[in-house]
Amino acid sequence: MNNRIDQRFAALAETGRRALIPFVTAGYPEAEWTVPILHALVRAGADIIELGVPFSDPMADGPVIQVASERAIVNGVSLQVVLDMVRQFRREDPVTPIVLMGYLNPVERYGNEAFAGDAAAAGVDGLLLVDCPPEEMGELRARLDQHGVFPICLVAPTTTEARMETISQQARGYLYYVSFKGITGADRLDASALAAPLARLREHTALPLAVGFGIKGPESAAAVAGVAEGVVIGSALIEALGATESPDAACERVTGFLAPIRAAMDNEAR
Amino acid sequence: MSNESAAGRLLASEPDDQGHFGPYGGTYVSETLMHALEELKEAYFRWREDEEFLARFDADLAHYVGRPSPIYFARRLTEAAGGARILLKREDLNHTGAHKINNTVGQALLADYMGKTRIIAETGAGQHGVASATVAARLGKQCVVYMGEVDIHRQSINVFRMRLLGAEVRSVTSGSKTLKDALNEAMRDWVTNVDDTFYIIGTVAGPHPYPVMVRDFNAVVGREAKRQMLEQYDALPDVLVACVGGGSNALGLFHPFIGDTEVRMVGVEAAGDGLHSGRHAASLCAGRPGVLHGCRTYLMDDDAGQIEHTHSVSAGLDYPGVGPEHAFLKDSGRAEYVGVTDVEAMEGFHQLTRLEGILPALESAHAVAYGMKLAASMRPDQMVLINLSGRGDKDVQTVAALEGISL
Repeated sequence: MNNRIDQRFAALAETGRRALIPFVTAGYPEAEWTVPILHALVRAGADIIELGVPFSDPMADGPVIQVASERAIVNGVSLQVVLDMVRQFRREDPVTPIVLMGYLNPVERYGNEAFAGDAAAAGVDGLLLVDCPPEEMGELRARLDQHGVFPICLVAPTTTEARMETISQQARGYLYYVSFKGITGADRLDASALAAPLARLREHTALPLAVGFGIKGPESAAAVAGVAEGVVIGSALIEALGATESPDAACERVTGFLAPIRAAMDNEAR
Repeated sequence: MSNESAAGRLLASEPDDQGHFGPYGGTYVSETLMHALEELKEAYFRWREDEEFLARFDADLAHYVGRPSPIYFARRLTEAAGGARILLKREDLNHTGAHKINNTVGQALLADYMGKTRIIAETGAGQHGVASATVAARLGKQCVVYMGEVDIHRQSINVFRMRLLGAEVRSVTSGSKTLKDALNEAMRDWVTNVDDTFYIIGTVAGPHPYPVMVRDFNAVVGREAKRQMLEQYDALPDVLVACVGGGSNALGLFHPFIGDTEVRMVGVEAAGDGLHSGRHAASLCAGRPGVLHGCRTYLMDDDAGQIEHTHSVSAGLDYPGVGPEHAFLKDSGRAEYVGVTDVEAMEGFHQLTRLEGILPALESAHAVAYGMKLAASMRPDQMVLINLSGRGDKDVQTVAALEGISL
């Protein structure tokens, strides 16, 4: 069990806690703030961090993450810069898993082999490509396997049972269940409707399930923690970061935002 | 048209099951859309072999679109070029003024067969938006068209046409505020409303099965042209010329000729201020393979893999990617791709208007400009067939503005 993601879920399972998985866009609001923000996320109780790699055409994202991506690109944040951030983060935090989340083209431009090698060396544990279903991963998949970087896969409300099986066979680490049909940050989450599809999904996989899209605060996080091993929070967190004026203020904001969510999730698990 | 339907539609070069043309094409979308694309694929491949479906499509093309469109010998344009005979495939005479209607009629029919009540579309120049709003009006379906804010300003006439047709035009203000961003936004709508919504993509790009489906619906252009050439000239043309943004009019003309290896095929991309200016939209001439909008294809991106902003005087060609089958045809050498600048396209626009009394769309003017250049280098007994993909009424404001005339 070399991958930090597996290690983290195993440790959580022992204590009966759920994974809090915040998403932040690398380089938003400022490039130099990202590493301090990542550490603040950990201090506030994050178990795994999804670090967004900015892309010019984020087809699956809502307006909040679109704007964050655009800003990060203006701030000069490329995939190379994101890997530098992870490297820097790892000097002080050797244990918290990092999953890069983004779109395929920047990875391809970097080069599959070069990316897998550099990502593993920097301390990246997983890669979630929103626009690359398992069927199209091909050679990149082989390179990730070779370097021990997990492909993290999405499952959606529209995913058929046949596809659940295909995806489960390909996935490592955890499965990311998209809570509703829509884009990130939309307000359509109905946590009570999650139990049935998650149960169906569990018939195909023993991996932990994380739920994302539409989780905005303690209440929805706790509700999701009642049915899934992990809770992903992205747009609401990015929004909280938006109006901050210094890295310290941003870190404080992150802590203030996540701490009650962590507490609500832990209460739910008890 | 019975001799052109059914078996004749099952075209020679097909992608694999997942929509790959060699290394290009495929299905690069988020998981939420995978099932919708699977459904669409099943429906399309089923209905495209159904006699009743094809008969309805043919009837719509004949009685609603006004097909066949003629092939016209442009005598004075030929004289001005001074070489091969220049012929025009008059897609500009179609209902709504461009080839785009061939595809939207087909996809709307499919939407009907699939029981979808809501239609969405993206548009650049507005031609595809108008064509989508048109078929939605005719079938009584709700229609939302996504259009970049920049394009809304330069194509205000088409925006008004769409609204008259009952469509809601939603302005897209993200990214470069042009066609690519409209496509992103339409995808976001589709992912949200996937149950009742049919997304009519306007070009031969996007995830499988769109590149195949849009090509097939437009291939009526090439099938007709082939038959007309044999009837009128007892010969196939020596060269086919068509403009390429996403590439639907070009592929519609080219595809039925792919097996006729003696016929050259030239796609004309928008070179904007020049292929080396950094301000153009010529992904096949100056781009490289990557993944955008659901498929692997040639595209324009920077070293970090970010999609670049493109430039063309013509909104319909202002797109950083291109259909994957074109990428395949380029690599295989079966088709050639060249660039025509804004200035050259404007010259083509004026030549055709003044010499033939035909006002071309600025997109099509790119093909006219290159077709004339090519004809000049050929013998008088040879023939160049240019796809005049659309008419230029929508562009008069743009042309006036470029020439400093206020209307």
